[in-house]
Amino acid sequence: MSLASERDSEQAEWMQHPVGGGKVTRRVVLWSVLVLTALFLVAPLVLIVTSGLSLGVGAFVRNLSEPTTLHAILLTLLTAVVVVPINILFGLAAAWTVTKFDFRGKTLLIALIELPYSISPIVAGVAYLFVYGSQGLFGPLLEALGLKVMFALPAIFLASLFVTAPFVARELIPLMQVQGTDEEEAAVTLGAGGFTTFWRVTLPNVKWAVVYGAILCNARVMGEFGAVSVVSGNIRGQTTTLPLQIELLYQDYNVAGAFAAATVLTAVALVTILIKVTLERTGKTSSAGPGH
Amino acid sequence: MRRRVIPGFGLALGTTVLYLGAIVLLPLCALLLKASGIGLAEFWEILSSPRTLSAIRVTVTMAFAATIFNAIYGLLLAWVLARYRFPGKRLLDALVDVPFALPTAVAGLALTALFAKNGWFGAPLDKIGIAVAYTPLGIAIAMAFTSIPFVVRTVQPVIEDLGSEVEEAGRSLGANDFQILWKIIFPAIFPAFLAGCSLSFARSLGEFGAVIFIAGNQPMKTEIVALLTYIRLEEYNYQAAAAISTIMLLMAFAMLIVTNAVQAWHLRYVGRGEV
Repeated sequence: MSLASERDSEQAEWMQHPVGGGKVTRRVVLWSVLVLTALFLVAPLVLIVTSGLSLGVGAFVRNLSEPTTLHAILLTLLTAVVVVPINILFGLAAAWTVTKFDFRGKTLLIALIELPYSISPIVAGVAYLFVYGSQGLFGPLLEALGLKVMFALPAIFLASLFVTAPFVARELIPLMQVQGTDEEEAAVTLGAGGFTTFWRVTLPNVKWAVVYGAILCNARVMGEFGAVSVVSGNIRGQTTTLPLQIELLYQDYNVAGAFAAATVLTAVALVTILIKVTLERTGKTSSAGPGH
Repeated sequence: MRRRVIPGFGLALGTTVLYLGAIVLLPLCALLLKASGIGLAEFWEILSSPRTLSAIRVTVTMAFAATIFNAIYGLLLAWVLARYRFPGKRLLDALVDVPFALPTAVAGLALTALFAKNGWFGAPLDKIGIAVAYTPLGIAIAMAFTSIPFVVRTVQPVIEDLGSEVEEAGRSLGANDFQILWKIIFPAIFPAFLAGCSLSFARSLGEFGAVIFIAGNQPMKTEIVALLTYIRLEEYNYQAAAAISTIMLLMAFAMLIVTNAVQAWHLRYVGRGEV
């Protein structure tokens, strides 16, 4: 064998045997991860669905059609219908502001946009109490006007808006940063107005990221527990969203009912992940994955 | 400053600032205002009460334990997803998002049922004398569950971006697998790894829904800070709730600063600092 071909085969060997690529290492690492994942991430899902359906589909449907659970489902849907569109609009405005323009304080604004993400939902709930509660800034004024915000629907909407404010913006900002401003500038130079530029140029480029951010936002709104439990007052059949209803049922030792409600929310979560995977496979969300 | 070609700056900035002001800043300011009215002595008394201190200790210790677990498991998971090809990889990748998509109350309910004394995992663990549900260990498991995606999703893209050149160069210089891993790969992913861990820790500190189901919520033993805040509210002890919330808020800010510093370092490290 000549020296050159020997070197070639060694080179090929490096390519075929990267670090951790050895047969034994690979097997040990892969299987430990798979087993841990099965125990840690898959088992809870399986448990919810099997427990929810353990007494049969009939019992499952009966559990869900209990008046208070049904009310909780409707309230959760209503909250999503109100909150998600508002936060899509906010996400678009925020992303447009910080990616298409240069201005002083931009870094601060970006930090502020992401702030709710790092604050405990409980703290968010308590903070709202000190704005609209009877002990809060606007409490006495609202009381005088006869308006009820705390422990009522508006508070549930507001707390949900707080915790999911960054979701759409966080998907859009990295993507729009990469895309730059060239296309928008070209459109404006050709005489397009601000709205036309946004609608015809920017939005088509980011529509999948908007969809992705919206489904994540929706999943979180439907599942939010801490912030909503502080501000909703937990009035049975009136201000309990589905996650709160799960806790109430569980405290009542109605475990089957709790798991039936949990199955519904699990289905929402699985559909969310399914849409995410589909969007990624079409390759249209580009680099705007979670954690960026 | 560059002349603005694209119109709509005022409207976009105005909307963003107004919305953030009303939804995010106003409540936080109201909270701080409330806390500032308490008075230093009373504030200190609330914080230094044995029950508050115990809640802080339990929360921080268990968040730390959860982060250690996530650091190891998350790193392995990211490594497997980035470097190995195997059937079911897409499914595994999708499963990483489960804790983000699944409501925390649902996660808490499921974990409690799994680890209860008669649960799938609780029963065998009970036989060897390990109790998980209604103990601090349960708190750590719930925290780890809700924050595992942070580590994976921060580290995974960095491992994917690592070129094979450095690895091959190391090998051609005679380094063995361990040396390459320790001296080439780990330093490259370390900043991202640290950022992921600090995100995981920060999230664990504030977690409520998943933890309260499995914790058992015994004062002085398995009570977390978020729950104590909630209890003080139910007792109409608004001062205590405000004081404890303020401490949680300050911890969140501190973690935010740490995470941002680590992330800035990480961006410089990989040479993509043009944000």
